[in-house]
Formats: sequence, structure tokens, C-alpha cells
Amino acid sequence: MKRVITVTVINQSGVLNRVTGLLMKRQFNIESISVGHLEQPGMSKMTFIVNVEEERKIEQLVKQLQKQIDVIKVTDITDKAIVMRELALVKVISPPHTRSEINSVVEPFRATVIDTSKNVVTYQIAGNPDKIEAFIDLVRPYGIKELSRTGATAFVRETQKLQSPQLSILK
Amino acid sequence: MNAGVQVKQVENNVESEEDMELVVKQKDGADLLIQALKDQGVDVIFGYPGGAVLPIYDALYKNPLRHVLARHEQGAIHAAEGYARVSGKPGVVLATSGPGATNLVTGITDAMMDSLPLVIFTGQVASTVIGTDAFQEADIIGITQPITKHNYQVNDVADFPRIIKEAFHIASTGRRGPVVVDIPKNISTAIFTPTDEEVEVNLPGYQPTTTPNYLQIQKACLAIAEGKKPLILAGAGILHAQAMEELKEFVETHQIPVTNTLLGLGSIKGDHELFLGMAGMHGTYAANMALSECDVLLNIGARFDDRLTGNLATFAPHAKVIHIDIDPAEIGKNVQTEIPIVADAKIALQTLVKKQSKSPETTAWLVHLREMQASYPLWYDEDPSCVLPQQAIEIIHRITEGNAIVTTDVGQHQMWAAQYYSLNNPDHWVTSGGLGTMGFGFPAAIGAQLAKPNARVVAIVGDGGFQMTTQELSLLQEMRIPVKIVILNNEVLGMVRQWQESFYEGRYSQSLIPIQPDFVKLAEAYDIKGYRIQTLEEAETVFKEALLSDEPVLIDCRVKKHEKVYPMIAPGKGLHEMIGVSRE
Repeated sequence: MKRVITVTVINQSGVLNRVTGLLMKRQFNIESISVGHLEQPGMSKMTFIVNVEEERKIEQLVKQLQKQIDVIKVTDITDKAIVMRELALVKVISPPHTRSEINSVVEPFRATVIDTSKNVVTYQIAGNPDKIEAFIDLVRPYGIKELSRTGATAFVRETQKLQSPQLSILK
Repeated sequence: MNAGVQVKQVENNVESEEDMELVVKQKDGADLLIQALKDQGVDVIFGYPGGAVLPIYDALYKNPLRHVLARHEQGAIHAAEGYARVSGKPGVVLATSGPGATNLVTGITDAMMDSLPLVIFTGQVASTVIGTDAFQEADIIGITQPITKHNYQVNDVADFPRIIKEAFHIASTGRRGPVVVDIPKNISTAIFTPTDEEVEVNLPGYQPTTTPNYLQIQKACLAIAEGKKPLILAGAGILHAQAMEELKEFVETHQIPVTNTLLGLGSIKGDHELFLGMAGMHGTYAANMALSECDVLLNIGARFDDRLTGNLATFAPHAKVIHIDIDPAEIGKNVQTEIPIVADAKIALQTLVKKQSKSPETTAWLVHLREMQASYPLWYDEDPSCVLPQQAIEIIHRITEGNAIVTTDVGQHQMWAAQYYSLNNPDHWVTSGGLGTMGFGFPAAIGAQLAKPNARVVAIVGDGGFQMTTQELSLLQEMRIPVKIVILNNEVLGMVRQWQESFYEGRYSQSLIPIQPDFVKLAEAYDIKGYRIQTLEEAETVFKEALLSDEPVLIDCRVKKHEKVYPMIAPGKGLHEMIGVSRE
């Protein structure tokens, strides 16, 4: 199952390496990762999506991350109400005779054209990683020249509907 | 060495008195380091000089602090580990950049696995050339990141006092571990003007929990009181927290039997009536069967290592598991835990003792365990033609009355020492448990002796492991360190050979090493008295003379070549599937 983990860290050189190194050492596969500054100076937040089989493994991951001296807070937000967004830039082969077709196909995704050349159009699309997947699948038949994704970033919604399950250590 | 960016420029043209005062107050990064070590109460450094640490060694020359010049950085760090294990204080290591630092890697990993507090200072090339593959440059921060509790590179001399303070704080609190501080050469020579402000530790991401959750303690008390077959597994956490008295009081009050992990040995007296011996791969039958049969298992400061648990699927199948550990990540990592308690072992045990909860009814359980102890004790077959390694350790035990500090390498001799050297005292057992580092025992004994100058320190090593750090023999006469080295010499890599015999149909691939130096002559070459033992009579007389002397000695004790460590749990098997439990 996919888990979404957010990690608040002290913005120190090497901290990204510490976190990803730890995941590698404990044999976790990172599907996506994004990092950026927080509103407090000197702090950064990482959001990553990992693929994990058992609950015990994810508990172990959270605890191991928590142990890092530069890590302030670790949260597994998968089971909470969250907003998650990713941005992708996609260069699609788009000669004049298919261009209007492609434009109408991508329209429901609210993708914006940010660059155009004779045969290639670059779209920018933001949204849930699933939406981006769907967009890519849709334009693939036309030919994707290049693709660049930022990785997902996320946080919990202000209003929570469901109670997230406790880690077994807290029970 | 390279990278001669000399920032050190003390202003010479002093004009006013104020300037004069400033010059006197000014010092460089290296001076600051040595003074900070003294302020931390460090009484000995284990190290080896080199280009990038020349300024630090110069500062050490001017402001002396006891320095142990090991003959290889690996020797230095294992000695620091021995020192840390016996004294409880952080061992301090100093090495140069590049190869000096990379030679420490084994020791750092060993300390990480066995939770030993170390503060390691490594030199680094000057900041201006870091990242250019300069002479003797190694990315020691990158290299040691997964094998340290934390590491630092000093990028501004103004941060140096705080970093030193934090390094000692991190190494010696919570779950202890090694901390590396990498010092670029220009930081050592950079001028630092001390301020009067007290340096504060600033670690918002590091606040270890030491006090147990009271609710969890209540749950634990209830579970223990209800148990019919309770068992305590005491690990090294007891020793790190110095909770031996509390453990003794708790088990005696409630009459609960105790078993130890390899690293937990000494947390309870070896001849205590409630002690079942060590558990695990080469543990006693009674201890392993107690783990398999118990209905409540209280683990205090052990991490359920695979050498202890055997096959996890059949480990303690009937037990409700209570786990007290300072490191929350150890709880539930390998074994499903019903009652997790994150706390310092001493505080947790004090709370448990204070609760004065109902004792479980354990009479029948204790009778059952004592029957097992009596029926299946440790055993070996005597052989009049040679010395059995087990006999050698029994004689050492008798002569030292169980009071020596024993250090070991890794392998058969380590297991025999763990089985047959019953310890009277805590912190008298120094062994490489988690990493299983050959070459650890002898240098660790040097560190142990420096931590306790009046103790009798016996390094029990194998002929294989000893040859990995033999060069440290130089230190014994040089520093008047009266360590007693006992080589249990069987001319083979015993444990490798035992596994090859048991699981590889006797194909002794690269494990028989009959070509070895004359260890007695080798000792004499280093001006140390050497002895050789070939018979049981010699063992009695030589051990008596050598172990009771005040000098460093080396004893080449020839033991039976093909002896195996028993009992044993074959890899992948459960604790209840021991082999070699008795002669039949």
C-alpha cells in the first residue's frame, strides 16, 4: 500500500541525504519525494510517498525517521483527510493538424499551455498524482517528447472527518 | 598533506591595552577543541596523527591531555569502545582525514550496533578544497551517516563549541551511540574569540523519553502478577542505565527468573539463584526453554536480535511481551509487543519496584526451570591429551575469582567465555555483539584497563582475531598497561570451521590456518612476557603465575582443535530446537 509521510526537518546541509539514506538502509522504496521551505525560517518539509506492505514496517519507518536528530516531526497522513498536489510539465508532439484535437482532449484537466513551438506543445498540469497519471495516459498516444514531475506535496485538511488509526505503540 | 590555507594570523602590532587583552584571549579552533575536551571531563584520547589534524596535535602538545597512540586507527577506536563500555563515559577518538577516518569505520559501526558512547573527531581537508578530491580527502560525513547516531562537519569556528557540547550530549544520553565531528583543517587554525556566554545545546529534534508512561507500567504490573511463567530478558540497556541494583531488587521481590543477552551479561550476578544463563544461539538449555515456555516475557533493554530469538515464528509463542527500551524504534521491530514502555531502564525499574504490585506465583515454574538446569547443564568431554577451551576458561575464572574484566573477539572463544566465565560484577564484560568484529577484544582490553587501572583485565581472544590487531602490542610496555592476553589457539577459524563441519559437509574452505607466528616470541619482540600452554598441568601453573602478575602478559594456550560450541541452535531454527544439549 502507498503511504504518504510528511517530515519536518531542520534545514541543514545533508538532511535530505540523511532521510533518503535511512529509507534506503531500511529497504523502503520511495515513489515520490518533494522538499521545500516552511513558514518558519530554518525549517523544511518533505513529503514522500512510499510503498509498504505491512503496518509494522511503516511504524518502524516513522520511528526510525523520528530518531534522526535533524528531524523535528514525522506524520503518516495517509489515513487523514488531506490535500495533495503535484505539478507536471509535459511536452506533447502536436503538429498543426492534431493540435486542436489534443487541446480539446486535455481541456477537462485544466492543463495550461506554457510553451508552443512548431510541432511541440508544453502543458502544465497540477493536481492529485492520480489525475496527472490519467492526463499522461491520455496524451501518450499523441507522443510524449519529455515529461517532468515535481513529486507530490500534501498536508492535512483543517477539518478532519475520520479518526486515523493509532500506531500500535500508542494503543 | 595539502591544503595549507593558513588563516592563523595573530595581529602583531598591538597598540592599546585593549588590543593586548584581545590577543591573549584569542585562540584557534584546535586550542578550543582541546580545552573543550578537558572541560567535558575527558581524561584520555585514543588517536593517531596525520596531516589534517596537525594543528590539533600541536594544540595537544601545548595543552597536554593523556593521549593513547594506537598503532592503527582501528585499534584506537576499539580501545575507546572498551573504555566507554567499562567507564560508562564517552570514549574520545581523534584521527586524520581520508584513510585515518575510513580506518575508523568498523569501530564506528561496532559502537552503533552495541550502543556505545563515542565522540570521534576526524580531520578534514580545508573547506576551500572539499569536494575537489584533494589529497587525503574522504567524504566521512557521507560515509558515516548511516553508522552514527549523528555527525557534524564544522563549517564555522564560531559553531565549534556548541557542536562539541552537542556531540557529547547526543553520544551519552538516550540510546548511546557514536557521534562524528569532522573538522576541516582551516577550522582548526581559524582564530576564535571566546565570549563569556555559556554555550547552549540546541537540539529541538532530540528529546529522548526517559520516564515511563504510568499507565503502561500499571498494565505491565498487572500482566506480571497474572503470569504463571514470567521471565525477564535483561539486555545491555540495564548496564547502560546502571540499573543492576533495581533489577536485583525487582526479581528477588517477585521471584522471577532472569536470562541475559550476550551483551547483557553482568547485569545480574552469574551465580544468582534466579539466573538461568545466557539465552540465544549458544545459550543454556534452561534459558532457551524458559523463553519458549514463558507466558509473560519482560524484556528490559534488549533488542530481540536474531542471534537471540532464533526463528521469529516460534519465538516465545505463549508469551505476552512487555518491552522496556529507551529507543522506541526497537519496540515492535522484531517481536510483536503487547505492552511497550519507552523509558530508561533504571527509571522504569524504580517505578516498577515502587509500585509494590502483587507478585506472581512462580514456585512451580522455578522448580521446573531448576530441574532443567540440573538435567541439562553446559557440558564438554574431557580429553587427557590436550586442554579443552572450556577448561581453560574455567581455570581463568577460578584464578581471577570471577572478578576480572573480560574482553573478547568474536567466534568460538567468545561463546565459551560467555558460557563459562560467570561474572560477579557489572561492566566487566566487553565483547562485540551486534557487529561481531574480529580484532576487537585485545584493543578493547587496553581501553578497559585505562578506564579501571586497578582492575585485572583479561583479553580472551582467538588466534584468528588476535592477528587482526596484533600491532597494539606496542602499547602494553609503552603505557605500562598490564593487560593479560589469552589466545585460545586452535589454529583454525573455529566458528567458521564449526559451521563448515555442521552445514557444509566438512569442506574447510580457507578456515584452517596452521601457519602462524610463534606468539611467545612475538610477545617477547614487544618486550612482553610470553607463555605457552599445552597441557592441563601447564594451564594450572601458567595461568596462576601469568594472570596474577602485575605485568602485561601473553599466553598462547593451545586448545583442542576440533572442539565445537554447544549447545547450539542451527540457523533458521527455533529456540526449542537446540542441538548438542547433552552428550547423547
